[in-house]
This record gives sequence, structure tokens and C-alpha cells, in this order.
Amino acid sequence: MTDTTPAIGLTRDEMARRVALDIPDGSYVNLGIGIPERVAAYLPEGREVIYHTENGLLGMGPSPELDEGDPELINAGKRRVTALEGASFFHHADSFAMIRGGHIDLCVLGALQVSQHGDLANWSTGESDAIPAVGGAMDLVAGVRTIYVVTQHCTRAGEPKLVEICTYPLTGPAVVDRIYSDLAVVDVTSDGFQLVELAQGVDFAYVAQRTGAELLPIRGGSLRGDA
Amino acid sequence: MIDKRAASSDEAVADIFDGATVMVGGFGEAGSPIELIHALIDQGATDLTVVNNNTGSGEVGLAALIRAGRVSKMICSYPRTANSTVFPELYRSGRTALELVPQGTLAERIRAGGAGIPAFYTPTSVGTPLEEGKERRTFAHRDFVLEYGLSGDFALIKCRVADHHGNLLYNKTARNFSPIMAMAAAITIVQSGEVVAPGEIDPECVVTPGIFVDRIVTVSNPVQESQLVAQGASYP
Repeated sequence: MTDTTPAIGLTRDEMARRVALDIPDGSYVNLGIGIPERVAAYLPEGREVIYHTENGLLGMGPSPELDEGDPELINAGKRRVTALEGASFFHHADSFAMIRGGHIDLCVLGALQVSQHGDLANWSTGESDAIPAVGGAMDLVAGVRTIYVVTQHCTRAGEPKLVEICTYPLTGPAVVDRIYSDLAVVDVTSDGFQLVELAQGVDFAYVAQRTGAELLPIRGGSLRGDA
Repeated sequence: MIDKRAASSDEAVADIFDGATVMVGGFGEAGSPIELIHALIDQGATDLTVVNNNTGSGEVGLAALIRAGRVSKMICSYPRTANSTVFPELYRSGRTALELVPQGTLAERIRAGGAGIPAFYTPTSVGTPLEEGKERRTFAHRDFVLEYGLSGDFALIKCRVADHHGNLLYNKTARNFSPIMAMAAAITIVQSGEVVAPGEIDPECVVTPGIFVDRIVTVSNPVQESQLVAQGASYP
């Protein structure tokens, strides 16, 4: 695909808002760096969710005003945050026991690639001169029950990020449950990518064309996706 | 009479030897014991293996230690941070080695090292390039990799309040790796914003019990790494 990206589909904030709709009341949630960080701002009224950040805080609140806050009260992206009433601090081994031990209900992460089997690549492009850096991503996907990915459907160069097999080094195999892109919501099932929802103004063929593996149409929906 | 107070940062780090493994607390600037690291730079020990989540930023603290050529190997999870240029240069030129460890595995290796556990199995990294060379074993139909406990000759950590016995309280997310590094190092050296007499910290609230601490230095107004970096400061 050589054409320029058309101005259709969801913005980054609209993608974050869409993910927030699916976060159940009462859950313990870890949000990755980037678009996932924005999800908290869009949690629907009436739901209470406790945010975990792997550097040792449960009950993370929004970032304070610029130049306010404490440089020693930060999130995993090293951005200043706040601690809400009822928050707790703990050391790194306890924090990752929460993750690896299956105590965190849901994690929202970014992606370089997701395969039709749910393999996630989001830590390295495998370039030989790049400084490898993994952080907590591998622990999160190995330990958290439900993994949501929020990502642009294609790279800036127009390459699909939903693929048959990841060509980038894996963060974890068969770990992704659902993908929220600017074009669609897609589930990872035993049959592969299953379309759940199309962004407004986008039809099935448009998304299928930009997906690097077979995309199953919405169950019970029309192939055109605009029924 | 137990009193673990040292007269100065210089005195506290005086016996760190060439080739030592030094665990340095902190996640980014939160909890980074900058004054102790600067004392270590002045002291001159070299060929160090440093365990830290990151590799410092700007040209102060951990980044300054690396820039001074004192670190032959970094064990960390995320050596790439905003304003982190020192480590990438030395890594690319082959002058500093890197052992990349997933963050939770790093934490558990340190915890195990401090708890007398030589190795453990974890699901993290199974099926990824970081599993290479590691023993795999299946428990209850799931695969795990073998990881080894990690201990240090010294730990340098920062806290908010210490008593003379070495009981410690931290500040917010500056706690991060420090309690487990205090457990995992043979000699744990602490810089504390405030040092109080035994009995002044409620035993119910102690985060790191004094048994894990060897030396305490008072640093009442610690510098802030991000502020130094913003000013373009460099050490020495």
C-alpha cells in the first residue's frame, strides 16, 4: 500500500475511549505506556477501577499539573502521577507477584505486531544496532489474565500490524485476547482474527485489506459490515 | 550498642572494590541514591557490575558512573530512557556489556538472591528470544524457564527515614527495588533523608527491617536527578 493514510477511523483518544468501555467495574488494571495510559481518563461514570503501575503503586491517579507532584511518585513510563485515596505502595518483587501471580485482571498494551494466534511483539524491532529494552512487558503478558492491545491498524508505512506470523521478536506467544485499532475491534480466537466492531465510516473490505491475515467477518453480520 | 551510622558518604563507600557487583536502587530517578553514586565515582572503584532497572539519565548519578568508565557490565530491564545517551554509546562501542532481564524476573532474581533461593522457574520469557540458553520445564501443562537468584557485594539505596538500627521507610514509588536489594547484598549502604533514634519508627510500619542494612548516611536534601539533567549538570 503506497497511498497516504486517509483521515478515517478513530483518533488516539477515541481508541482509548473505546477500550475504556470494556473495562469491567471493580477490576485491577495495568495500563502500558502510550495510548494505553489515556484509557483511564475515559472510564465510564459509575465504574471504579484500581490502576496498578509495576513500579510499586496500586490506586494510581491522574498526572498532576505541570511542575507539581513528586518526582518520586511516578508511573512505569516515568511520568509523574498521583496516588488516590486507598492507594498502596510496595516493592518490585511484590508488584510483579501481583502480575505473575495472576492477581491483575486486565492489561492494556501497545503493539508492533499481533499474530492471528495472539502472539505479541511489542519490545524490539530486532535491529542489530538498537539497544534492547524489555521492561515489564514479558511479565505482564505471561501473568495477567486478559490482555488487550490498542494500536494503529497499520504502521506509518502502511504495513499491517495484524499479521499471520510476527516477524519481530516476541514478547509472548498466544497472549492477546482483543485488539482495539483505529479501524476496528478484533478478537483473537482459535479460528484467528474475528472482527467484532468496525469504526464509523469503515467497511469490512477496507479493514480486511489492511489486515495481514484472514479476518473473519462480524458474526451474524453482513460482509459489507455496514448493515 | 548497634549504631549503623557512617560519618559520610565517602566513608560509607570506601571499601567497594574493583570488580564488585553493586546493586543500585531506583526506577528512573525515583529512589536513585545519587549522593552515594557520586561518592563511588570519587572513590574510584572500577570494573563494576551494576544491577539497576535502567542506566541513568543525563551525565549525573548512574549515568555519570557509566560515563566515567567504571561499569563493565549492566544488568537491567530497560537501558533506554529519555535523556539516556551515555549507556547506548558505550554499549554500541562494546565497552559496557548488557544482561537484559525482564523487569519482574530481575526483581524475583534479586528477591531470591536475598532469600537463600538459588534458582526458580518463571513463565516470563517463554517462547521469546530472552529464553535462549535457559532450561525449560513443564509444570501442570505450562512451560517455565529456569532463572537464577542474583546477589550483590554491595547495595546502594535511598530512603526517607532510617533509625540507627537500619529500619527503613521509603518515599512513595521511590521504594521500588531497594527493599529487595537490601536483602540481596552482602553490604547494604543507605542514604536517608532523616535518621532517627530506635523506637521512633512504629515497628508495624517498618518496610525494610534493620537486619538487611549495614551503613546509614544522612543526606537531608538529596539532589533531584531530573533537575540536574534539565540544568545540563555533569559529575564530577
